Amino acid sequence: MGSTLRLVGFGPTGWGGTLLEGAAVTLALSICAYLLGLALGALCAWGRLSGGRAVRGTIDVYTTVLRGVPDLLVIYLFYFGGGQMIGAIAHLFGATGFFGLNGFMVGTIAIGLVTGAYQTEVLRGGYLAIPKGEIEAARAIGMGRLLMLRRIIAPRALRFALPGMGNVWQQVLKESALVSVTGLAELMRQVNVASGSTQLPFDFTIAGFVLYLALATVSGGVFMGVERRLAHGERMARRQRA
Amino acid sequence: MRFLRPLAAAVLLAAPALAPAAASAKTYKHITIATEGAYAPYNMHAPDGKLIGFEIDLGNDLCARMKITCTWVAQDWDSMIPALNAGKFDAIMDGMSITPARLKVIAFSRNYSQSPTVFLVKKNGPLAKMPDTGLAVSLDNKAAADKAFAAIKPILKGKTVGVQVATIQLNMLNKYLKDTVTIRSYKTTQEHDLDLAAGRIDAALASTAYFVSTLSRPGGNAFVEVGPHFTGGLLGAGTGVGMRKSDPELKVMFDKAINAAIKDGTVKKLSLKWFKVDISPAS
Amino acid sequence: MMAELSFLLDVTRQLLGGLPLTIELVTVSVAAGALLAVAMALARSASRLAAVIVSFYVFVFRGSPLLLQMFFIYYGLGQFAVVRESFAWPALRDPTFCAILSLALNTAAYTSEILRGGLASVPAGAIEAGRAVGMSRGLLLRRVVLPLAIRQALPAYSNELIEMVKSTSLASIVTLMEVSGIAYALVSATYRAIEVLSCAGAIYLVLIVLLTRGVGWVENWLSPAGSRA
Repeated sequence: MGSTLRLVGFGPTGWGGTLLEGAAVTLALSICAYLLGLALGALCAWGRLSGGRAVRGTIDVYTTVLRGVPDLLVIYLFYFGGGQMIGAIAHLFGATGFFGLNGFMVGTIAIGLVTGAYQTEVLRGGYLAIPKGEIEAARAIGMGRLLMLRRIIAPRALRFALPGMGNVWQQVLKESALVSVTGLAELMRQVNVASGSTQLPFDFTIAGFVLYLALATVSGGVFMGVERRLAHGERMARRQRA
Repeated sequence: MRFLRPLAAAVLLAAPALAPAAASAKTYKHITIATEGAYAPYNMHAPDGKLIGFEIDLGNDLCARMKITCTWVAQDWDSMIPALNAGKFDAIMDGMSITPARLKVIAFSRNYSQSPTVFLVKKNGPLAKMPDTGLAVSLDNKAAADKAFAAIKPILKGKTVGVQVATIQLNMLNKYLKDTVTIRSYKTTQEHDLDLAAGRIDAALASTAYFVSTLSRPGGNAFVEVGPHFTGGLLGAGTGVGMRKSDPELKVMFDKAINAAIKDGTVKKLSLKWFKVDISPAS
Repeated sequence: MMAELSFLLDVTRQLLGGLPLTIELVTVSVAAGALLAVAMALARSASRLAAVIVSFYVFVFRGSPLLLQMFFIYYGLGQFAVVRESFAWPALRDPTFCAILSLALNTAAYTSEILRGGLASVPAGAIEAGRAVGMSRGLLLRRVVLPLAIRQALPAYSNELIEMVKSTSLASIVTLMEVSGIAYALVSATYRAIEVLSCAGAIYLVLIVLLTRGVGWVENWLSPAGSRA
């Protein structure tokens, strides 16, 4: 036990600092991928709800493909293909030479795209859950479209979509481990490196579990706090009605 | 193709953050060298996360000789060559052997180290009695190779051998011992070491230079190298710096620097420091 | 062009060689995971202590990456001589068993949550009605509770099945040559990553579309025509 603590600790022979750095990279990667997925999901949910047939068809293909292909393959595809694609775009603008996507960008784009497909469904569900009456009421008092979006639709849809969004966040956090295959020094990668270097995989996978669970618990708490805050108003309204 | 739109949009979003991975013209001021960081003592991670090892020291020495600055990146072994050709970095220094198959897709500098391939087994296991231990066998000599494999096949029959994926050692197993042993391929050499210790495999196949690190790790005294020392043929002509074929000027620079480093004894000195034996090639 | 096409066909043919193993991994681990999930759901309602243990299990397996779980079971446990000398070692020694074990333990955690949601969704009125007409506990479970709970849980479970098919691609990490394992070997042999990975992706996509269709059919079958208002 003492030797394990020394190994994962912060001394000169300890991997603690490296593991914590890995956890920080995991967190940063997850946040970037989540934001990208959220933006994509919002865009696609809007397209699904109000777009023409072509737009809806396109979005259907996107969500079906990205949800039907293992994320590991998506990450590898971007890892090898992303550079070529950007190279091609860059050459159009007259740039020369090679362009590379590093592991962080590959992870952000790949996981962002995958979770964008999930977010589309979550956000669409959130919008559909808004009672028709609320939208009609807003129209009746003469709200403009933008004001209605800002004051009624967005907050209400967000409220209904929040549990689903929390699930997607947890998923992103765990999927970020797959980005270790690109060599990005995130938590899973550091666990692998430390296990192999010391020949003590048990000690380091346990440390990995603890760090991932801590990340999941703390960030899950944030989502729950927001959820409670948004639900707060709801309870008040009901109480007043009673 | 319309479904590619969200994808292209995402790529464009990320574009401002991009930097060209290499100097565009053919004058090199700065290059990025990839290594695995998990192939000790060629290259490995220290507990603080820094890259260290024979190739890190040698690479930095070569860069100083070439008067360019170098950045190191850690990168998975099995995607090393596609990633080089995709432009993720400019050179590979990762114990990569110069083989005819690899020369079809990338260019190599001259070799900077040479070390034979050998089996590692448990000291108290059945394979510890493998014949011809230490015998030098060149796969270029067909008669000698056939004789050597005929000698070790009976004891290897039905055993499981672990090897890193996409290596010359895997190619050797596939060519000579496919019907004799069960081959299991790993993402890193450290993982087949873990499985050899756990007893999931009966032997691991890698270069003697790599096994120096396995044997010196805690618990390494449970293992022993057995069987012939294989070289030549599909095992290639030692390890070199891998580069894109489109960078011939860089190859010239590396060749010159490596020649100089061999001549003044730097390669030998670094080899003794990291491997305890001299694996520097004859100039 | 022809050479390109024959390359893709050859790659696809080789990748399909890994399909039986992929399917084996999915079916065995899903079946084992479902059994474990049912057992956990029962244990949860049986005792307080069991409920605490089950929720901790669910917390750990849902809160950490499957890749880490697989790595732990395969490499981590083998670190100890005690484990290597135990009765379980012949099984744990085998990478296929380790992959199936970690996939099953992982899906059991998710399935037990889905099951819990499904059971909670059965309206109290339906159960009371069943009791009122004198149904026994077994009959009530078989004719009222389970059909309603399964019907409710099926969409979420179908998502879980899809996740499982995709998750089997991680088994290549523990040296298994299923579809993804073969894909990575082909990438390192041919250096043509994009073509090989696209073929592998297409195989998974077909598999998952078929699976989705199948579950949709079961869902339809469980919804009597009259109740689908």
